[in-house]
Amino acid sequence: MTDATLTLARVQAKRRRQKARLGAAMRYLVLISVGLVMLYPLIWLIGASFKTNSEIFANPGFWPQNATLDGYIEGWKTSTPFSFGTFFLNSFKIILPKVIGTAISCTVVAYGFARFDFPLKKLFFGSVIAILLLPNVVTRIPQYLLFRDLGWLDSYLPLWVPSALAGDAFFVFMLVQFLRAIPADMEEAARVDGANSWQTLLFIVVPMLAPALISVALFQFMWTMNDFLGPLIYVSSVDKYPVSLALKLSIDTTEAFAWNRILAMSVLTILPALIVFFAAQKYFIEGISAGGIKG
Amino acid sequence: MRRFLGLAYLTPYIIGLAVFTAVPFLGSLYLSFTDYNLMSAPRWSGLDNYLHLFTSDRTFRKSLTVTLIYVFTTVPLKLAFALFIAYILNYRLRGINFFRTAFYVPSILGGSIAIAVLWRYIFATEGLVNMAIVALGGEPVNWFGDPTNALFTITLLRCWQFGSAMVIFLAALQSIDKSLYEAAAIDGSSRFYTFIFITIPLLTPVIFFNLIMQMVQAFQEFNGPYIITQGGPLKSSYLLPLYIYDEAFKRFDMGYASAIAWVLFVIIMVLTLVAFWSSKKWVFYAGDKRS
Repeated sequence: MTDATLTLARVQAKRRRQKARLGAAMRYLVLISVGLVMLYPLIWLIGASFKTNSEIFANPGFWPQNATLDGYIEGWKTSTPFSFGTFFLNSFKIILPKVIGTAISCTVVAYGFARFDFPLKKLFFGSVIAILLLPNVVTRIPQYLLFRDLGWLDSYLPLWVPSALAGDAFFVFMLVQFLRAIPADMEEAARVDGANSWQTLLFIVVPMLAPALISVALFQFMWTMNDFLGPLIYVSSVDKYPVSLALKLSIDTTEAFAWNRILAMSVLTILPALIVFFAAQKYFIEGISAGGIKG
Repeated sequence: MRRFLGLAYLTPYIIGLAVFTAVPFLGSLYLSFTDYNLMSAPRWSGLDNYLHLFTSDRTFRKSLTVTLIYVFTTVPLKLAFALFIAYILNYRLRGINFFRTAFYVPSILGGSIAIAVLWRYIFATEGLVNMAIVALGGEPVNWFGDPTNALFTITLLRCWQFGSAMVIFLAALQSIDKSLYEAAAIDGSSRFYTFIFITIPLLTPVIFFNLIMQMVQAFQEFNGPYIITQGGPLKSSYLLPLYIYDEAFKRFDMGYASAIAWVLFVIIMVLTLVAFWSSKKWVFYAGDKRS
């Protein structure tokens, strides 16, 4: 190789490196600016919840000039006889049975689908996919009538009982996919050792499913926390309101210009979901990648 | 015996399926042919509800138009954006996990009422968005007072939550065999051509999946218009789910509301079937390790 071609190769390599570096810089620029635009509203929300009402629409910055806890103190009291403490407790009264019911029922059903052959299996599994795609809007009205006839209106039962009967097809689907990826060797060994299928489920399958079950519980927690339409339809007495309804109520009833109360309570409303997400984000990302998810 | 053991494990699901899905599904079809206001028993009215919907209900026509506009702007915008960001994240950059998490946060808070409330504030006349527009030298926009803008704030809200679609795209991008890119580079393919002729075809299964899921979801948008715009102004953001809710739970016209719900359902189903049917032509299954 002559000197000339060697120099040429070197120059080209250098140029390529420069181009790569420029490309990386551009990408970071895009990512950071998109990230800022996306997250700034949330950052602003947190800052604004500590601002005075006169400052909220005057100061686009994050940092409050006259920081105050008024929004939190007044907002927490609400204009009803109940405080937000009651509403948070109510939310958890829905979330707890719903999450536990979902985890148990979906595990059992997914086990049935993934490990057994039985008549009509294809049909039933087809129905899981169908429910996955079925718009809730089409079943909502008769469900309402059904719950009315059962005397369940203004209780939390309509909000969690369907889920406790493996009604959230998405979770069934996700767990079936997860189970299919696990070889059944261990279960086979347990069966040979005389364990029945129920014991196998409890002592072999459930521990292996644990990471997927954490994803299920986390998603169900957050969706339930955010659910608005369900409580709007079924819960009518204020003392039973979960936070989502309470927040809507406070928009409607808080006197005009008391913006910081509403913003402060908005922050509190999203806080549980944020904490849970940051504490366990790996399960979320895995959950979506595994099953593909709405959201 | 073991043949039926599997069915035994399915018991909760089968009960739920029958009681909370199958029966209500058929029930709403039946109700859509009746006149039912909760006071007296449902009265069979034949096609009256549907005839009224399609011949003389101007609110329905408006609501249907708005819904179609909403879905056909929101879904493509959201997916394009999700794919764009996933594509950038797919370069082996340092800090990718940080960005992935940051971009996913809005999806987590997604349907929350608190976020809808936040949207009302930042798109208010003197809100954050207008402050930014003015700072950049533009004219403040009347977001909620102008029929052409109100619906777009909801589109923006849902595009803001591109995170979950992005995570799915990213996982698919990462599973593409690197040797395909190397082969294309050796053949002198530009990055753009590689993206169009290699990346996109290999992504079609997840594009298809995201498309269906996002579409079914967008057709059912309720929280956004209910909280942010209340369907206004001039019904410019009065999406069908809002109309169904009002008919069913405010005016207690259960029969009529069921008819609207069924029209919405049929639209979603037809579009889903079209997507499935056409997918044979454009979705590319590599038939290799991708499952």
